[in-house]
Amino acid sequence: MSTSEQIIPHGHVLRYALKERLTHWVAAVAYLYLLATGLAFWSPWLFWVAVILGGAPVSRMLHPWAGLIFFAAVWNMYVMWAPQMKHTDVDKAWWKAVRYYSTNQDDKMPPAGRYNAGQKFLFWGFFWSAVALLATGVVLWFPEYIPWNLRFLRYISVLIHPAAALFTVGLFLIHVYMGVFAERGAFGSVIRGDVSIAFAKRYHPGWYKEIVGQSSTPRK
Amino acid sequence: MSQATLRVQKISGHAGSVPGEDTQREYTVCKLIDTTTCIGCKACEVACMEWNDLPFGETVFDNTYQTMPETRWNYWNLILFNEHVREEDGSLMWLMRKNQCMHCAEPGCLAACPADGAIIQYTNGIVDFQQANCIGCGYCITGCPFDIPKMNPKTHRVFKCTLCTDRVSEGLEPACIKSCPTGCLHFGTKDDMLDLAGKRAKQLREHSHFPNAGVYDPPGVGGTGVIYVLHDATKPEIYGGLPKDPHVPWTVKLWKGPLKWLGNVAMVGGLIGLFVHYLRYGPKAREEEDINPGGKP
Ligand code: HEM
Ligand code: SF4
Ligand code: SF4
Repeated sequence: MSTSEQIIPHGHVLRYALKERLTHWVAAVAYLYLLATGLAFWSPWLFWVAVILGGAPVSRMLHPWAGLIFFAAVWNMYVMWAPQMKHTDVDKAWWKAVRYYSTNQDDKMPPAGRYNAGQKFLFWGFFWSAVALLATGVVLWFPEYIPWNLRFLRYISVLIHPAAALFTVGLFLIHVYMGVFAERGAFGSVIRGDVSIAFAKRYHPGWYKEIVGQSSTPRK
Repeated sequence: MSQATLRVQKISGHAGSVPGEDTQREYTVCKLIDTTTCIGCKACEVACMEWNDLPFGETVFDNTYQTMPETRWNYWNLILFNEHVREEDGSLMWLMRKNQCMHCAEPGCLAACPADGAIIQYTNGIVDFQQANCIGCGYCITGCPFDIPKMNPKTHRVFKCTLCTDRVSEGLEPACIKSCPTGCLHFGTKDDMLDLAGKRAKQLREHSHFPNAGVYDPPGVGGTGVIYVLHDATKPEIYGGLPKDPHVPWTVKLWKGPLKWLGNVAMVGGLIGLFVHYLRYGPKAREEEDINPGGKP
């Protein structure tokens, strides 16, 4: 996307194109379903969730399919965003200053690009978890076809699948907290697609400079 | 599958207490299989199919005396056949082992199952699958150290030997026991069967030149409701892969134990932590000011 197209009237800049927003919501809806049905099988105290979602056998049947959709969406994100998620020196400085970020002293943060280091961590965390969840999920999908001498595959899958899911729950909680509650305006960026110029300047100064053409370094 | 008059002592995937726990004094039942007197006639296989109305299925001939490679969702009881050359004198043995659910005291299938009431253990020790509550996840297949639960591919429900729960609850012995022509199968209380098995093993050691004869009642799963007398208890593997020291897989224990607690504490703690963080720090900035700098529309 060329930079000038991203500036839209009323003091806003385009952050996410339609394709990006759609991918985000396919992943999000699939993830929420996976989380709800997964947690139902995780704990007897939450088994009722599967009952509400059409019955436990139905949840068992659909969970893996939702997993495939989720993985496809994450894969699409990888194709779209991976080049922008590379770790840079600014990110190193960002992690060093992360306590200022978490205490809302954003003026003390090194200037983030389109994604700050935390967002990059979220991306890679979700990407690798999705890979692990897919690999172990396929084993859990068809345990009866895993031959007896390959049973270790089942043994590690029942452990790694929920462990990876738990890891994504941590990422997911922080992600929703940041996007809905902490960084006001971020939620709109995945709905309408744009953010205010003030938002761009405050949280992604590097990115802002780039799109208004004041920066000499091209965006990676 | 019939619960009849039996009381339940363990329920899979169950939140809260077990109704009827500790309400009944009952003996633990046990099936004793004396592999040394089994002749591999398959009467018990037929009796199992007859009593449980299992459909006739195709057998698989593999040049041995075994009906098919392994048990199926609708074939719960299989005599495993193995040829074994004794190290002591080079003589050939035909080993027959009746293979079915072992009715473990600490069943891995039940520990792994997420569905409320899909697997239950009665106070008499029988482990029984309740297909009506089964969701077809196959976790029990992973939990079982004996490769016993089998999936019906069409209905996605898991089946296995019930130890003829319906018969036992009416005071009868399982169908297989009734059919055995050599008397190598016995049924009774666990204590009685252990006693009988011990005597038979002693007899084999002292009078039949089987110095390693012994009883198979693996402690790794808390003992089993099906016990064997083996000619050589030091090598259970030669009997069609009977595991020497079966355990519920440690990853299953870790998953259903510490990981569950760690995960629950982390998830609830994370939620509370974020909420408190919001109360303390609030949003980074107000959106209204950004959209409407200076109050312009
Ligand atoms: C990527 C493809 C995925 C596949 C093929 C897959 C497949 C499966 C299967 C077959 C099971 C067994 C029981 C059931 O069907 O519910 C399962 C359990 C589970 N899944 Fe997934 N899944 C995938 C992704 C995910 C994701 C993204 C999450 C995160 C929310 C997740 C969370 C869980 C949880 C929490 C369980 C229960 C674990 C337990 O019983 O302790 N899965 N998954
Ligand atoms: S497949 Fe096995 S573990 Fe899963 S619900 Fe049925 S009995 Fe329980
Ligand atoms: S042998 Fe397998 S199926 Fe039978 S009670 Fe033990 S763990 Fe469950």
